[in-house]
Order: sequence, then C-alpha cells, then structure tokens
Amino acid sequence: MRFMIIVPASGETEQGLSGTEQQFADMQAYNEEMLKAGVFVDGQGLHPSAKGARVTYEDGDWVVTDGPFAEAKELIAGFSIIDVSSREEAIEWVRKWPTSCVPDPGQALELRQVYAPEDFADVLTPEMLEREEQMRAEAARNAARG
Amino acid sequence: MSSPADHTDTDARADGHAVSPDDVQRTLEAVWRMEAAKVTAVVARVVGDVGLAEDLAQDAFVQALEQWPRDGIPTKPGAWLTSTARRRAIDRIRRDVNLAGKLQQVGRTEELRVAELAEADFDAALADIDDDVLGLIFAACHPALTAQARISLTLRMIGGLTTREIARAFLTTEPTIGQRISRAKRTLSQDGVTIEIPSGADLAPRLASVLEVVYLVFNEGYAATSGRDWVRGDLMEEAIRLGRVLAALTPAEPEVHGLLALMEIQASRTRARIGRDGEPVLLLDQDRTKWDWALIRHALAALDRATTLSSATSTGPGPYLLQAAIAACHARARTADGTDWSQIVALYERLGTVRPSPVIDLNRAVAVSYADGALSDYHLLPSVRGDLLARLGRDAEARVEFARAAEMAQNEAERALLLRRAAGEA
Repeated sequence: MRFMIIVPASGETEQGLSGTEQQFADMQAYNEEMLKAGVFVDGQGLHPSAKGARVTYEDGDWVVTDGPFAEAKELIAGFSIIDVSSREEAIEWVRKWPTSCVPDPGQALELRQVYAPEDFADVLTPEMLEREEQMRAEAARNAARG
Repeated sequence: MSSPADHTDTDARADGHAVSPDDVQRTLEAVWRMEAAKVTAVVARVVGDVGLAEDLAQDAFVQALEQWPRDGIPTKPGAWLTSTARRRAIDRIRRDVNLAGKLQQVGRTEELRVAELAEADFDAALADIDDDVLGLIFAACHPALTAQARISLTLRMIGGLTTREIARAFLTTEPTIGQRISRAKRTLSQDGVTIEIPSGADLAPRLASVLEVVYLVFNEGYAATSGRDWVRGDLMEEAIRLGRVLAALTPAEPEVHGLLALMEIQASRTRARIGRDGEPVLLLDQDRTKWDWALIRHALAALDRATTLSSATSTGPGPYLLQAAIAACHARARTADGTDWSQIVALYERLGTVRPSPVIDLNRAVAVSYADGALSDYHLLPSVRGDLLARLGRDAEARVEFARAAEMAQNEAERALLLRRAAGEA
C-alpha cells in the first residue's frame, strides 16, 4: 500500500531556501535508506508559494490570486511517496525522518494513504470505474513518454 | 541481562494514549520487516556464522516482544533491536572465549580484549551496512541450500517475515517452516558460509541463484492470485520489494533490473487476470485499462536501465531482461491488436539461445503465428512436439518430428541441430 508523507512549509522554504548542505545530506541518506529497503517510490520538493497561484470560484467566476500566501502553516513544501506493507510500517518510516529536517514547532509531517483503484469499487458504477481507469492509463502513458 | 541502559527512553507517542499489546505487536512486526536484514547482517559480520546470527537476531525480536508491551516502544526501535542483538552477540563471544579457555584458564583481561575487538567489529559492520545486507542475501540464497530452504530463509532474514507468515503464505504449518529454517541454518554453519559478497567468476552463478529465489517467491504469489487467494498474493509484493532492494544494492547488474521490470509488469496485470465470475482472463483478452499503469511506468524505467547496462557488457541480454522486454511489448500496446509480434518473435529467438527450452520454443511458435498469421509451415511446432516426445521416451516418434522440423527450418544452424536430433545424435 502506498502512503504520501506531506511536508509542511516553513519560513525558510517560503523564501526558496532549499536547506543547508547538512540537511540535504541527511535527507539524501534517509531517501537512500528507504530506496535500499525497497519502499521509496517518489519524493519531490515544491517551489515557494510566491511562484504559485490560488484559483477560487466566486460569484460564478474564477478568481486567480498570485502567491505568496501568508499563512505558511497551511502550505506544503514537498511530499514523498512510499510503498509499504502496513500503516504501522509507514508510521515507523516517518519516525526515521531526519531530525535536522523536522517541521517547525506546531507543524506536523502528515501521513496519508493513497487510494488504489479498487478502493472506489463500492462508490463508482462499473462504467465510471472503467472510465477512471482509462483516464489513469492514459495519464501514465503520457508520464512514461515525458 | 538487564534492559538496555541507552534506550530507557521509551515511546512518547504524541496522542498520549496507552499503547495496547496488539498495537505493540503490530508495530514490532512492522519495525522487524524494516530492520531484520540489517540486524541479522551486522551480527553475522561479527560472529561469522549466519545461522548463529539469525538466532541472536531472533532473540532480540523475542526480547522486544516481552519488553515493549511493558516498557513502551523505544524512540528508535531499529537502534534498540540492533544494540540488543549486539549485546547478546558479545555475551555469546565472551562465553565462547571462556568455554574455549575452560572457564578458569582465560583471564578476565583476555575476555575483555575479545569483547573490545568484537565491539570494534560491530562499529565497522555498521559502517558498511549495505554490503552486510547484500552479503546476507547471497548467504540466504546459497546454492548449498534447497530452493525451498532458500525461499524460507530469505523471507525470514531479509523480508523479516515471521515463521507463521511464511507458513501461511506457503499453505503449510509453522513447525514445517521452522524445521526448514533450522536445517538451512545448520547447513550454512556446517559449510562455513559467510556473508562475503561473491566476486569474479563466482558472482554470476551466485547472483543467478538469488534472482531465482526472488522469482520463485513471485511466482508462488502470482499462481495464488489466480485462485482468488489474495493473502498469498502478498508474496508478489514481497518479491517485488526484494527486487527493489537488490536493484538499490547492485545498481550495475542488468539482470537485477530486468527481473524487477519483469515482476512489475506481470504484477501490473493482477486485476485484469480474473473475470467478474472469478474465471481466468488470458493476456490478449484482458481489459488493459485494468492494468496498474503506475507499476508499468516503473517497470519500463527499470527495463531501460537494464537495457542500457546490458548493452555495455559483452555477454548480451540475460533471460530476465529478455522476458521483461517481451512483457513490455504487451505493456506498450494500447490494444491486443497493436502488439508488435515480430519484435516478440525476435526476443523469443534470443531467449531460446540464452535459455533453451521447449516452452520458449512453443511461445515463439505462438508469437510467429500472430506475426505471420500462419503456423502450419513453421518448424518450431514439430520441433516442440519432438522435444516432448523425446522426454516421454518415445524416441522413434520424436525423430520423425525432428526430421519434419528440419525440412521447414530456414536457419542453417538450426536445421543442422534438428537433423542431428532426427538422427538420434543430440
């Protein structure tokens, strides 16, 4: 089963600082450990919210607000995806997160399970499920080409 | 032995709830899956005996099982397990020194000196953990062991599965698996198998033995999924995980990436292999939207790596890479009609020379029929029939088939071989 570890933003990440050499090395070692344990799937960092935008739907129209966004604790700075055998194992991997890279006080690393297509079996009709799968297949092909 | 002084700081889970014994057990099993290989490998490096190392690692696991529900889960569970196993190993080494010196004759100084050396060995082993783990994988898959023993030992020492889990996966009893593992450990001890990574001419056959074990585990799970037995399907995931571990530890080996790609592509079809009423669905009839495309993407990347690495060697692509390449031909086709059969035929031809087998010839014959739309004039069919007859001891009939195949064969070398077989010479 796959889990996403969601990393909250901080003052530093919002300034576009990618961290110290030490933090980088610690994070690399952590990812390598997960890779060598066969659980690491993906990990990405996000640019500061200043380079992003928020798009809201108000009074029947879309309103685009450019970043940065002030409330840093609602922002995320990156994510990792891991493939593990249980929720307990996912938690234990998060507990190995490098202490030099822990979120600011009051902030948390968030662990969320990624849906697998069969999780929707009870909600969607077989036709909807099929379309969903077709769409995902197409997206994966695009990603493979890219 | 008292509780480890350096890990008395027990778990302070943020929610502050008491942790139930069941939760502790589940956490310990999860931690064990993450740490078993490392704990066992480090101890094996120091004590020099894989069987003894597995015993000591299991002792640490049992101690955790007793202690964690009472004292709480350590802040660093992996480090706790390693240092517990380390202490047990050093106790054991001290005892052995005493026994060797018939207790009284060895002075306390000698005992301390040996213990100090062992501590230094541990630090060195910890610094070289990747090689330790890789060496342990090679030991668990040692050719001195039967295939069944290699599988059980690998799942236990590398996968961190319990005897109960292994028994359930293989539809057998815990004592059966327990005995299999004990016998395997004894064999490794008797043969003096260490966790050295094989090199030179030894490497290829030993690596092949490792890959065979991983693929056997995978196939056990793959076969089980067609019987709607999803528990045993976990073996597929376990095999893929082992494949990913190997790919990370031996990044330059094309066959390792080839096997990983092969397993991932096959696993990607799991949901499409069974129809609504539980009936098996053949590859060409499968609903391709039901394939796991994220897994296929992974697999194609692994196959690319394997191909790049292989083209840099003089030996050419190995059997796993070729099988993965064949599987990838299907994965790349949007519909069954879009399959590149001539490519598949070419790959089967290469596979047939790397690993000759009537099954591969038969598959090749089927692929040719799809590529050309004509099977009747193809020499592989009588050739396969001849092969099977020869295996049944029906030699006269087999020779007739080989002669017919020789008439149809286009390739000179192939015709010569078939003629020799028709004459009963090969």
